[in-house]
Parts: sequence; structure tokens; C-alpha cells
Amino acid sequence: MSSARTSRSRSLAAHGILMLYTVIALFPVFVIIVNSFKSRRAIFAEPLALPTPATADLVGYRTVLSQGDFLLYFQNSLIVTVASLAAVLLFGAMAAFALSEYRFRGNTLMGLYLALGIMIPIRLGTVAILQLMVASGLVNTLLALILVYTAQGLPLAIFILSEFMRTVSPDLKNAGRIDGLSEYRIFFRLVLPLVRPAMATVAVFTMIPIWNDLWFPLILAPAEATKTVTLGAQVFIGQFVTNWNAVLAALSLAILPVLVLYLVFSRQLIRGITSGAVK
Amino acid sequence: MGSLTLTAVTKSFGATHVIKGVDLEVADGEFCVFVGPSGCGKSTLLRIIAGLEDATSGDVVIDGRRVNDVPPAKREIAMVFQSYALYPHLSVRDNMGLGLKQSGADAATVKERVAAASAMLSLDPLLERRPAELSGGQRQRVAIGRSIVRTPKLFLFDEPLSNLDAALRVATRIEIARLHRELGATMIYVTHDQVEAMTLADRIVVLNAGRVEQVGAPMTLYNDPANMFVAGFIGSPKMNFLAAGPLGQPGKTLGIRPEHVAIDRGQGAIAATVSHVEHLGGETNVYARCEEHGLVAVRLFGEHRFEVDERVFLTPDPARGFHFAEDGSRLRV
Repeated sequence: MSSARTSRSRSLAAHGILMLYTVIALFPVFVIIVNSFKSRRAIFAEPLALPTPATADLVGYRTVLSQGDFLLYFQNSLIVTVASLAAVLLFGAMAAFALSEYRFRGNTLMGLYLALGIMIPIRLGTVAILQLMVASGLVNTLLALILVYTAQGLPLAIFILSEFMRTVSPDLKNAGRIDGLSEYRIFFRLVLPLVRPAMATVAVFTMIPIWNDLWFPLILAPAEATKTVTLGAQVFIGQFVTNWNAVLAALSLAILPVLVLYLVFSRQLIRGITSGAVK
Repeated sequence: MGSLTLTAVTKSFGATHVIKGVDLEVADGEFCVFVGPSGCGKSTLLRIIAGLEDATSGDVVIDGRRVNDVPPAKREIAMVFQSYALYPHLSVRDNMGLGLKQSGADAATVKERVAAASAMLSLDPLLERRPAELSGGQRQRVAIGRSIVRTPKLFLFDEPLSNLDAALRVATRIEIARLHRELGATMIYVTHDQVEAMTLADRIVVLNAGRVEQVGAPMTLYNDPANMFVAGFIGSPKMNFLAAGPLGQPGKTLGIRPEHVAIDRGQGAIAATVSHVEHLGGETNVYARCEEHGLVAVRLFGEHRFEVDERVFLTPDPARGFHFAEDGSRLRV
């Protein structure tokens, strides 16, 4: 940046505020990870201390890996998250394309109806959803979770993506039509690559609540075979005794996959968030 | 090759009538330009011909075949867009070949046609590049190349030069004219720039508010405009419209082109004050204000010195004037 537009004190202040926020945001994560490597006694004696040779203990990780079937829980979480994410992105993008591209009766109304889902929490419908799943025999299946999360993610996905798709040049789509591309080819080959940053944004906003959710796994799929990581970690939290080592280790492990997925999307994400602002 | 017939074509978006009944015949091999102010419906009409919009009523016939229900890709047309509309993920070669490949041509034919088009537009050094690596002018040449590859019956141009800078616009204009001569194909060209219309067209269609005002060769429109709108739209600077009464002329308005008004410091029909002078080197445009007629443009050839606020006298050449009635229609007297 040019020196004409920067002042040392102002940029120091800005960086100071950002640093403070970073520390506050990362502090809980830091505490969880640090304590997951310590013995139970050390956790309670000095929660903020780093593990030393005397206090280091991997008992938490050992418990997690031996007790319960954590590998299966991870697998369940990953299947549910990835499948829901794929469904939300695919169907969300298709609906957004239809809303932004085609003129039909009730277009605006349909868009508003779909956007309504952003404002009404899906959890209000839990009882009805549970009845529906019981009636259709989907209780204790991963499919139940995938369906619910897809429904939960679609409104925001459609809302964001249709705004982005309106910005794709109509000439480009028309050129495709004249060249004989089908509407599907136009959608997949011309439009989707151009809204990739928006897709990444939607992916991250959709993925994290799904991975972290405890509510629906607890209600719809609490069986051992369909437990997700967040639900699995609950076995260590008892009414009277909580195995903190195991809980912290389980949470630390649960961070990893989201972190990887986030890194995959993050480069696109930054472009997605800023592209509306600067262009 | 290709002819085009439009019969009573209309287009409405809800209660808004964009095209209000257009009849038009374009002969095989003709270069036809749709010109008009923005919002006159010229682009919509082009999109109806291309099949990107459905006409609300009326028929579109390309080469004797009614194509109202034929999708764009099957109409044997090619279109060049204002924003180039190249496929960003494909190389120049694939951009040009895609349409032909989609229509089921074999790889050898595609290769041959792309090579021919690329030679015609000297695109050979660019064939492996992506659109993002090209300049605006190069992109538009690629877009034109893409349209040639399919050897369509009808070429459609939607303001293809509007995004180019002035020098490139002239160069590309000449290129399009050369292409039309070499290919002998039917071309429909939409523009709001009357200079492009005059220089390229065999025939100009002047559109205004969804209606055809006049169809004719460029010089016909210039020398024999059907009404005040066409008279004012064709020609630059724009035709002067003087109050006919005070000049002893019939009708409501006397239209006179700036080059047909004489300017003199000593004597003349209308007393005026110079309000602005444009020196273009080859010609000088003088804008003079007078009470009865408002601002009058005078076009002089060569260099002339006039000062702002100078008193001058203007004399329109009555033999070159056009008479218009109150409703803007031409009075032939």
C-alpha cells in the first residue's frame, strides 16, 4: 500500500484489534488442545499451563481410541457431512440457476418461499420430523440426518447462489445456447465454474453447523452404529463423573476433519466473501 | 444461403410492449443494420431472430423455413455478442470449434474449419490461449471467428464494437465489412451508432419505440428521410429543426442538415450568436444560438475562425430542406 494512505498509528491500532480478536477466538480451541495432552490432575491444577514431561499424558486419546468405536463415529460424521454438503451444493445451485435464469409465473414468490427457511429454524419442526422419520422407517439411519441437513442448508445456499448467478453474463449463456449446449451443459460447464467462489462460501457455511450438530443425531440417529463424533463424545460426559481427558481428546480430534475441509475451501472462500464488495 | 422474413412480430413482457409489430424482408447476402436509440427494441428483435426470446406473436422465417419453434442451435445462425461471451475455460481453438462439434461434425472437419477461420482473421498465434489472456480486440476477433466456423445462414451481431476503443472500433468495422464481402453471407447487425450503420449497411432499419420508422439504403435515409425521427437520427451533427413559419416555409418544422446552412458575418436570413465552436481539422462545427430556432449547428469544411459570442447570420439552403408536419411526418412539397 502506498505510504500516502497509511499512517503507522492507525495500522498499529487496526492490527492490535485484529490480534485481540484472534486471541479471543482461538483461546477455547487452544485450551482444549493443550489440556487434551495432560493428565487429569494437571488439567485441574493448572488449566492454562502447557504440558510438561511431568504432566503430559495421552490417556485421553487412549481412552477415545479404545472405548467406543470412534473410527466409526468419524466415518458417520464424514458421510453425513459430505453427502449433505454435496446435496446442498448441487440442488441449491440448480434451484438458484432456475430462479435467476428462467422467467416463470411465481418466480419471485418461489424465491421468497425458499428464503423463508433462513429465518425459521428447522429445529422448530423436530417433532414433526421425528414422526416423519419413524413413519418412513428412517430412524437410526444416516440417510435421515442427510435429508434433514440438506433441507437445513438449502435456503441459504439458494439465496447466496442465486444472487451470484444473476451476475453471470447472459451473453455467455446465450452463446452456449446458440452453440447447441444443453441447459445442463450451460449450468455445469459455463455457470458453475464462474460461481465457484460463492460455492465455497456456501460450502463452509453449510458444513460447519452440520459437523458440529448434536441435536439431530441425538434425536434421529442415537444408535451405536449411526453415532456421529459429537454424539460419541457425549459418552464421556456423565451426570456425576466426566472423563475430561477423553472429552478433550475427542473434541481435538473432531476439529481435524473440518479444518482440512476448511483449508480446501478457504482460498475460494476469501474470494467469495470479498468479490461482492470490491467489484 | 440465407434470407430472413419477419411477419408482424410482436413482443411483450407483461404489460410492456417492446416490439409492436415488425415486418421485414432481408435478402440473401444482404448486410442489414438495425439502428435506434437505446430501449427501442433492436436487441430484443435480434434475440427473437436468434431464438433466445420467443415472439409473442408473428412469424420468423429463415431461408423459407418457419423457425418460431426451432431452438437457437438448430436455426443455423451464429451470433457475436457485445461482451464477446467467450467460454472462459476453453482455449481459442476450442471456443471456435465447440458449436460445430456440438452439431455432430467429425474432428477433421472441425479442425479444418477452425484453421480456415483463424487464417481469415489472423488468429493463428492465439489459438492455444485462453480468453483471459487476450485483449479486447483479440477477444472480439475470436468471437467473430467462432461465428464463421459454423458457416451459418445468418450472422447476427449484437453491438459487437461497443466495448472496443475508438481506433479498434474502426479497424474491426473494416474487418467485418471485408468479411461480409468475402463470405457473401447474410448479416444482421444491431448498433446504436449511426456511423457504424451508415458505413456497414446495405440496408438500414431504423427502429424507435418498438416500431420500424424507415427501411432503406444509407443514402436513401440520409437524402430522403420518411419522418422527423429518421432525419434527426441519421447524420452527425444531427439535423437542425427550425421553426418553418418565420422562414416562410410550409409545414411546422424545417429540417436542414448542418452542412446545408451557410454562415456569414455580414448578412443572412437568421441573426444568431456563436455559442460554441468545434475544430476538428478537416471540418469545423459552429453552434449558434438564435431566438426563434434555438441552437443551430453549422458544419463547415476546412478550418474557420469563429469566436464565441460573435454575431453571425445563418442562411439555410431551402432546396436541401425537409418539411415536417406537426406530428413529425414528412411533407413532400
